[in-house]
Amino acid sequence: MRFGGLTAVRSVDFTVNSGEIVGLIGPNGAGKTTFFNCLTGLYIPTEGTVSYKGTVLPPKPHLVTQAGIARTFQNIRLFANMTVLENVLVGRHTRTKEGLWSALLRGPGFKKAEKASEDRAMELLEFIGLAHKRDHLARNLPYGEQRKLEIARALASEPGLLLLDEPTAGMNPQETRTTEELVFAIRDMGIAVLVIEHDMRFIFNLCDRVAVLVQGEKLVEGTSEVVQADERVVAAYLGEPFEGAPGEAEAAEVAAAESTTSNTKGEAQ
Amino acid sequence: MTETTKTPATPPADATPAPTPRGLIPLPLAAARALLLTGGIATAASTFLAWTWTSDFPGDLTVTGYPGGLQWLTFIAGALTAIFALASYGTRGLGWLIPARNNAPLVLTALGAFAVTWFTAIEIAAKLGGLANWEPGTYIAVIASLIPVLGAFALPQTAGETTKDTLKAYIAKPDRIPAPQPISPWAQRAVITIASIIGLAVFTYGIDTEYGELFIGFLIVVVFAVWALHTAGLLDRFSHMVAANRSFTLAMGFLVAIAFPFTQNDDHYANIGVNILIFGTVALGLNIVVGLAGLLDLGYVAFLGVGAYTAALVSGSEFSKFSGVQFPFWAAALTGAAASLIFGVLIGAPTLRLRGDYLAIVTLGFGEIFRIAVNNMDGDSGPDLTNGPNGIPAIPDLNILGFNLGQPHDIAGFTLGRFANYYLLMVLIMAIVVTVYTRAADSRIGRSWIAIREDETAATAMGINGFRVKLIAFALGASLAGLAGTVSAHVTYSVVPNPYQFAGSTPPNSAFLLAAVVLGGMGTVAGPILGAALLYLLPEKLDFLQNKSLLAFGIALILLMRFRPEGIIANRRRQLEFHETGQLDVPETTTLTDEPAVTKAGA
Repeated sequence: MRFGGLTAVRSVDFTVNSGEIVGLIGPNGAGKTTFFNCLTGLYIPTEGTVSYKGTVLPPKPHLVTQAGIARTFQNIRLFANMTVLENVLVGRHTRTKEGLWSALLRGPGFKKAEKASEDRAMELLEFIGLAHKRDHLARNLPYGEQRKLEIARALASEPGLLLLDEPTAGMNPQETRTTEELVFAIRDMGIAVLVIEHDMRFIFNLCDRVAVLVQGEKLVEGTSEVVQADERVVAAYLGEPFEGAPGEAEAAEVAAAESTTSNTKGEAQ
Repeated sequence: MTETTKTPATPPADATPAPTPRGLIPLPLAAARALLLTGGIATAASTFLAWTWTSDFPGDLTVTGYPGGLQWLTFIAGALTAIFALASYGTRGLGWLIPARNNAPLVLTALGAFAVTWFTAIEIAAKLGGLANWEPGTYIAVIASLIPVLGAFALPQTAGETTKDTLKAYIAKPDRIPAPQPISPWAQRAVITIASIIGLAVFTYGIDTEYGELFIGFLIVVVFAVWALHTAGLLDRFSHMVAANRSFTLAMGFLVAIAFPFTQNDDHYANIGVNILIFGTVALGLNIVVGLAGLLDLGYVAFLGVGAYTAALVSGSEFSKFSGVQFPFWAAALTGAAASLIFGVLIGAPTLRLRGDYLAIVTLGFGEIFRIAVNNMDGDSGPDLTNGPNGIPAIPDLNILGFNLGQPHDIAGFTLGRFANYYLLMVLIMAIVVTVYTRAADSRIGRSWIAIREDETAATAMGINGFRVKLIAFALGASLAGLAGTVSAHVTYSVVPNPYQFAGSTPPNSAFLLAAVVLGGMGTVAGPILGAALLYLLPEKLDFLQNKSLLAFGIALILLMRFRPEGIIANRRRQLEFHETGQLDVPETTTLTDEPAVTKAGA
């Protein structure tokens, strides 16, 4: 993915298997959110493809969601002036069909579909524990509940893969723990989760695999132990020890920065 | 009556005992109330005297013995003041008038009576040249109407930090209004019925005002009365009742709308009514585009034009290009709506990829393109279709099922003239548009419109095809305007390109339509209709505004955006958007303290 002369994400090959929780970490500006935006079609990748269950996805956000990839945003993007229930109902959009005509004619099919949508939305609100606030405006929820509501809204589209962009940013340890349980519960529903996070404890508790993105490139991918043990990761976060030979990572970075070819590749199973 | 019910001396509006509440004018509470009551009664009584010696002043004010013209308005305002003053005494049976137990309604009714009386007195002096034209009755009225104002500002009020704050406390709605006692559904419906009848009476009076002064007086009384009801908390209660009886209220509204032409003797006022309805219908269509989907369309009037021209072309007018063709009305209406729909899609498809201001500019351009194109399609500078600036005149009257709308008809002893017939047809069209609007808004597609308006990126990430959904909104809005246009072509006998411009001094044009939506309240049904009624009546009634109406509306809109950005009739959402403090949406009371606990216990 290039913006003008800037290559934000380069040659990232990445696969998420079903039923897995995968973490994506990296320092600020590493290109994690850009990678997400490429996956969900908000950005059109300069090179590379996103495929889901074997089919290549077009870079159109609504088609990606339709295919079964849902996401949340780093800075919460709820529909602030809609109620909690309405937010989740909007998430149901791709799984319902009623168009303008059926809304105007109000046949029995319309009422049934609306009822089913509402029931499903209420189930999700029960699941995240916001059912009692269904008629509140989203903007009036406290921060932690807004994050949860965003997850519920994403779940409403019945995804096979859920992308969470920093779900615990700005939360206290207790809220982080409830979010952790929530993500496990989502995994138990059979939904694969790809999560961006800066909270290392959260990531290493949660994830089956972790990938590290540094300056738009994937540095390492593996289980938490592998990643934690990797010196290049430590270097990327904490910097190189002042004395001592330059690490492989730095050499690789320099080499990579000089090469002009770039290839953005994201794959989701 | 004063001593029958003595309330304790505690002032009604104060909640915090710390600063001793006192009025701006230092008077005891009993004296303040007495001033209000006697002043109100005296103002009302003064209207039975002669206010001037000559009938040169419109609306005969020379008669001693009964009120006339503007005196009636003064009488009503004075009576309202007196009634509210009685209610503040706690008189049995009037307590419901001030549910919030505050002073603001008293202040506002007193100010209203004062304003309308002084306006009349000053108009008499200005119009007839000097105070010499005042009769003793005028002096009495002027003094009598001042008394309740003094009384109102002597009412105790918890002082604000500054005089400005204190003044504001006098005229603002209190934050807390006690919950109403439950009323039976039948009683609620009775209240709605009575309110609808009063609404019809007020509206009819406003339309029937024969001269500008009377209309201004009418506006003064209505504004202050509605404001007083609002601050008293009565409008809140009423809107709760309406929310509980939605379909009943809608039915009542249409009954009242149908009843309007039967109250009119003069077809001229039915003409105003039909024009307001056309304007309101188009504004409601625009409300789908602007209020729900959040697409700022500055060329919307073009769709009204498309509908009108289509209807004119197939009307059988001899000046139409297809002069032999005469569609029955239902076919013409469908053709007009379909033509507008096609234009909506054609214009929308390239422009709706733009967002915000860019869309506004492009739609403004397309709106003007329509008018200029129609102006040029006269066979000389373009294809011969619309007769250019001459337009298509001599559009025959509609004939629906053998019922000629051009002829007066007698129904149950009432004579319905030509415009009254069209008025009833427009009520039917308005009913269709209101149904379309409410049903579309409360559905999957309506939710996706609001989602697009709130956050387009998030909406597309939730699987909404933004372009498609916006195009549907645009096309639906366009076809509703086209539908209204088909009737408007027949009402005005002819279609010419000129009215379909961006901004002009008379409605409908795009600027006025947008102003009607914003002024009335975006995203509501009643708002745009009320806005349209106001924007149509003001230039119609106030001659002196004729060439300054755009300036006046500009100023009015700026003031409105400063003090009530959600419009006259507020959508629940918008009200919360602009006034964050009131947690109006919280149905059951939740205190702030238990919210963190919920967060922890959640999931």
